Amino acid sequence: MKNVNIKINGMDFEVPSNYTVLEACKKANIDIPTLCYLKEINETGACRMCVVEVEGARSLQASCVLKVREGMNVKTNTKRVINSRTTTLELLLANHNKDCLKCNRNGKCELQDLSERFHIRDIYFDSFEKRTPHYDDSSVSIVRDQSKCILCGRCVSACQKVAGMGILTYINRGFEAVVGTGFNYKLEEAGCIYCGQCINVCPVGALKEKSHIDQVWDAINNPNVHVVVQTAPAVRASIGEEFGLEMGTRATGKMVAAIKRLGVDKVFDTNFAADLTIMEEGYELLDRIQNNGVLPMLTSCSPGWIRLIEQYYPEFIHNLSSCKSPHQMFGAIIKSYYAEKANIDPKDIFVVSVMPCSAKKSEMNRDEMEVNGLRDVDAVLTTREISNIIREAGIRFNELEDEEFDNPLGEYSGAGVIFGATGGVMEAALRTVADILENKDLDDFEYNNVRGIEGIKEASIELGGKTVNIAVAHGGENAKKLMDMIKSGEKEYHFVEIMGCSGGCVNGGGQPYVKASIRNSGVDIRLARAKALYEEDEIKQVRKSHQNKQIQLLYKEFLEKPNSHKSHELLHTHYKKQEIFPIS
Amino acid sequence: MKKSIADLMKIRDEALKNMQLRDQSESNCRVVVGMGTCGISAGARPVLRAIIDEINKRSLNNVQVVQTGCVGMCRFEPMFDVNINDEKVTYVNMTSEKARQVVVEHIVNKRVIRDYTIGKSENE
Amino acid sequence: MQIYRSHVLICGGTGCTSSKSLLIKDEMISELKRLGIHNEVQVVMTGCFGLCEQGPIMIVYPEGTFYSKVKISDVKRIAEEHLLKGRIVKDLLYYEALEDEIVKSVEEVDFYSKQMRIALSNCGVIDPENIDEYIAFDGYQALIKALTEMNPEQVIDELKISGLRGRGGAGFPTGLKWEFAASYKDDEKYVCCNADEGDPGAFMDRSILEGTPHSVLEAMTIAGYATGANKGYIYVRAEYPIAVSRLEIAIKQAKEYGLLGDNILDTGFDFDIEIRLGAGAFVCGEETALIESIEGKRGMPRTKPPFPAEKGIWGKPTLINNVETFANIPAIILKGGKWFSSIGIPDSKGTKVFALGGKITNTGLVEIPMGTTLRQVIYDIGGGCPDNKKFKAVQTGGPSGGCLTSEHLDTPIGYDNLVKLGSMMGSGGMIVMDEDNCMVDIARYFLDFTCDESCGKCTPCREGTKRLKELLDRICTGKGTLEDLSRLEELAYYIQDNSLCNLGQSAPNPVISTLKHFRDEYLAHVIDKKCPTGVCKDLLQYFITDRCLGCGSCARVCPKDCITPTGEIISEKTGKRRFVIDNSKCIKCGACIQACPPKVSAIVRQ
Repeated sequence: MKNVNIKINGMDFEVPSNYTVLEACKKANIDIPTLCYLKEINETGACRMCVVEVEGARSLQASCVLKVREGMNVKTNTKRVINSRTTTLELLLANHNKDCLKCNRNGKCELQDLSERFHIRDIYFDSFEKRTPHYDDSSVSIVRDQSKCILCGRCVSACQKVAGMGILTYINRGFEAVVGTGFNYKLEEAGCIYCGQCINVCPVGALKEKSHIDQVWDAINNPNVHVVVQTAPAVRASIGEEFGLEMGTRATGKMVAAIKRLGVDKVFDTNFAADLTIMEEGYELLDRIQNNGVLPMLTSCSPGWIRLIEQYYPEFIHNLSSCKSPHQMFGAIIKSYYAEKANIDPKDIFVVSVMPCSAKKSEMNRDEMEVNGLRDVDAVLTTREISNIIREAGIRFNELEDEEFDNPLGEYSGAGVIFGATGGVMEAALRTVADILENKDLDDFEYNNVRGIEGIKEASIELGGKTVNIAVAHGGENAKKLMDMIKSGEKEYHFVEIMGCSGGCVNGGGQPYVKASIRNSGVDIRLARAKALYEEDEIKQVRKSHQNKQIQLLYKEFLEKPNSHKSHELLHTHYKKQEIFPIS
Repeated sequence: MKKSIADLMKIRDEALKNMQLRDQSESNCRVVVGMGTCGISAGARPVLRAIIDEINKRSLNNVQVVQTGCVGMCRFEPMFDVNINDEKVTYVNMTSEKARQVVVEHIVNKRVIRDYTIGKSENE
Repeated sequence: MQIYRSHVLICGGTGCTSSKSLLIKDEMISELKRLGIHNEVQVVMTGCFGLCEQGPIMIVYPEGTFYSKVKISDVKRIAEEHLLKGRIVKDLLYYEALEDEIVKSVEEVDFYSKQMRIALSNCGVIDPENIDEYIAFDGYQALIKALTEMNPEQVIDELKISGLRGRGGAGFPTGLKWEFAASYKDDEKYVCCNADEGDPGAFMDRSILEGTPHSVLEAMTIAGYATGANKGYIYVRAEYPIAVSRLEIAIKQAKEYGLLGDNILDTGFDFDIEIRLGAGAFVCGEETALIESIEGKRGMPRTKPPFPAEKGIWGKPTLINNVETFANIPAIILKGGKWFSSIGIPDSKGTKVFALGGKITNTGLVEIPMGTTLRQVIYDIGGGCPDNKKFKAVQTGGPSGGCLTSEHLDTPIGYDNLVKLGSMMGSGGMIVMDEDNCMVDIARYFLDFTCDESCGKCTPCREGTKRLKELLDRICTGKGTLEDLSRLEELAYYIQDNSLCNLGQSAPNPVISTLKHFRDEYLAHVIDKKCPTGVCKDLLQYFITDRCLGCGSCARVCPKDCITPTGEIISEKTGKRRFVIDNSKCIKCGACIQACPPKVSAIVRQ
């Protein structure tokens, strides 16, 4: 890439010619404020926070979308620029519900940061008309509060480009413009898959998960309730960020120690259930392949993906593995096997799943997710929520010594850990299925061709003398692309892993907020967090699900064998077509 | 039907014959037919029709035919004026047959038919 | 081909159609049949004549007789008297067409004689639904010339020589725009006609599409040839049903004749045109929002660069011109750029169509050579303000433009001149205000429009125009402070400087220009709490003068019971007292004025 010479505030700089003015300024160590800009996701130049003066241009220019030109003369701090940015902020704030102290984004709000940076003290238009706010908490997963929305459009673009769904959009015009769903349908009915990518990119408190914090505190405080917490693999890869650790820091031990200090009774690892899932799913796959079952078999771990297929590809419901997702399986095992072993009435057990995911909140509410009248899972906390609780409890996360998960359901293999990244379920399944088919403990079990963040990954693998065609997709956009290819007959596979979120669970809708300034700096959140998971896999002694001793014990003592009658009762489920925009 | 350039030129010329009427600058020949009550009762309608028919037949596209009311010489009706380049000739006691002759002789061949003109009639 | 002795042209534009011109046409046809002269007289439905104020309009050729405000009941007389007997029905003539008992033809009346028609040349002359009539008046000759005698560069050169600038608003040199579009190579390229006319009161594009749709098709095809595009889109608002249907007919006819489609005129050039209907959002006239809309997305502008010439529809190089711009192009190709550039003034060549509206006698469409003064347009063609009211200002450029005052009346109309004065050419709206108009109220009116039409994408336009309008509301209702006034001005310049697209950037223009020329009116509203013209109702006060006879009629009708008798006894004999209005309760409905006996007229409003 060739370079161009530009002037910023009178000083000369040489920057690559594909840079935007914003990037060039950053190179010159000048942080231009932005609000709507998300690199490659929302490059609309809409909020006008990042305006700069460019010589020769009549009006101020949005630096986030303006490419540098040879000889360009940019001024970033003139009175005209500063006044404009301040006015923009004031206009946004005048129409913003400023109950910051009561907002879930208090202290983590990009608008608040800017307000502080430009020391907004007085808002002239505060007493003027406000947009009619709309508060939608009808969904069991995502809450929308339009009184906080500043119409930056980041959620709209994320929904379109990251999630590939296009559920959120602008409606109405001018001052009455709001972000909403088609025909103002509730999220539940508007085709949303609850992946929560919108929450992740929202700079303010206009989008959030439905909180389960109160229920969890109530359970902890009830002496008659036995609270069991399980944590998903992807949580350990990101929770450190909530406490100031670098992205990609593995904080498994600290997380366990912190949760134990909340006063819960047990802390187990969902990874155990991931191993269990592999057993069930692996044998289901073998059965389908060997007995002419419906193929390709599609994974069923991601509730976002389940909502996608139920709404958009209902004709493929029979291709879905009947396995519940790992934390639901775990809930069922805790309230049966564990209850029996620990001699606790399962009715007194309260299962909390700590998940990187907003869709899990909807999944746990599905009618099917109960056995004998007992809900598998009683509350789902996102990574953000568990962090809030830890902070609230005053636990000094960073000072904690690492602690181990509780037993007997705390043991897990490396295969279970990598569930949190795209391709992880596939790789874990292959490790087990290959061993079973070859009938030996294979040494070569790292499947690098299903790792990484490429949208759709494909491979053909020789297993027991048979070629198995597999594919992995993540994010709604790629999922749809892959499903369309399968639907048209263009592609034929045996086994397909699909995750609702781009990058898999590490980038789930319940993960810590990452400020736009970091997102725009070129960090790939998906890769950074996945790295932590693959590291943990590598240091594990046991790296294949079927070699997990406790899993073996579970089958021996309780389930008999994979896909047994008992495991079907507890660990498997069914799916049904969901209407989009139903006509009531 | 797809048209060639030559076809289009033909369409243009054909259509123009009729359309020129709407372009007041183009015409240099104007026939003014008396269509007062006197004219009509004396048979001005068939005369008018004959003129139009003859013009149509000969594709004379720059001739305007307009009507006028009674000019006060009712005994000469049906009558009409032919104006070519601002020279006016008035034909009187017209019949369809005579009108056709005027179109051919006067308008096409530029020869005034003196016998039918008002000067001749008045002298009689 | 049948030749008729007489042609009856009836306007089929939107204005006349809505006053039943199509029924008038049917009536005329049946009258002619009844009289047995239907083979001699041709009835033609045409596009807009421009003088919409006087519609429905009927022109009878060869005389060029100009009938205006024709009613269905008038048709019989026109048929019997004029078409059968040749006697012009004088009382139905356009008032200006009859001077001292001499009947003027349509070309001779002031409204038309002072115009020069290029873009509108066929409007009101040909039947827009008949391609042959278009061809008769040199239609598609420019296309033949371009395809057979010129290469693309020569076409673009001709345009550059002509000096034609975009007629949609910004006035970008058309030749240059074509050159840019031609310079980007891609497997697919597009030509787009922007027919999303949105300025309130402007309807030249609609009239062109209704009156001479083939001009636009021909020009777009030439543009396709010049820029290397094979596909054209016409983006027209669905609320122009007549324009849409005539375009559809025209496209069908052009395809039948092989003037659109593959291998046009056996030259090997392919070009096709598709109509895209817009839902009528003002912002979709902005070219990038228009592109989004064509692509099936919400009509919101994109940032520029990249310009559409580089990345337009579906990310491909796209040439976008407005309807009127296209309508000029066949004439330029046929008669040459030099001919076109001989009309007008140095920076603005050719003619411009204006839509006259507001307080002007002849509302309607006029096409005048650039360089004509505002005075000529408003007075000589437009007939000045009605009822001998005093001219106050004229808003050019629609809601995005600014107002000009009587001191600017002798300005020759041109792009740069108007911008210099703080207004703009825009698409050619010209709204005249007289002494009765309150300029603050006018600014509020335009802001109300832009505020509603903002797409909501960028902060300055979405939030800013609303605040601007609220500030104007405060000022117009007597609640404005001097601080509000200074905020108004600051905010106006902020929006101009910070908005993403031209809609936002130009939205404050009415405020800025009225502040510039009529600041005293603003101050009167803010300081004296008075509206000098009495338009702003909330600033009016009603008083009862000493003409009051104490009858109490006013008090009886007052809906708020705020009129009561005073202690002042008017007549000792009857004991009647003078009445007074409590202005704190008054809602300014005016019922009292109506109720006060006319010969007393004791209530005044000021």
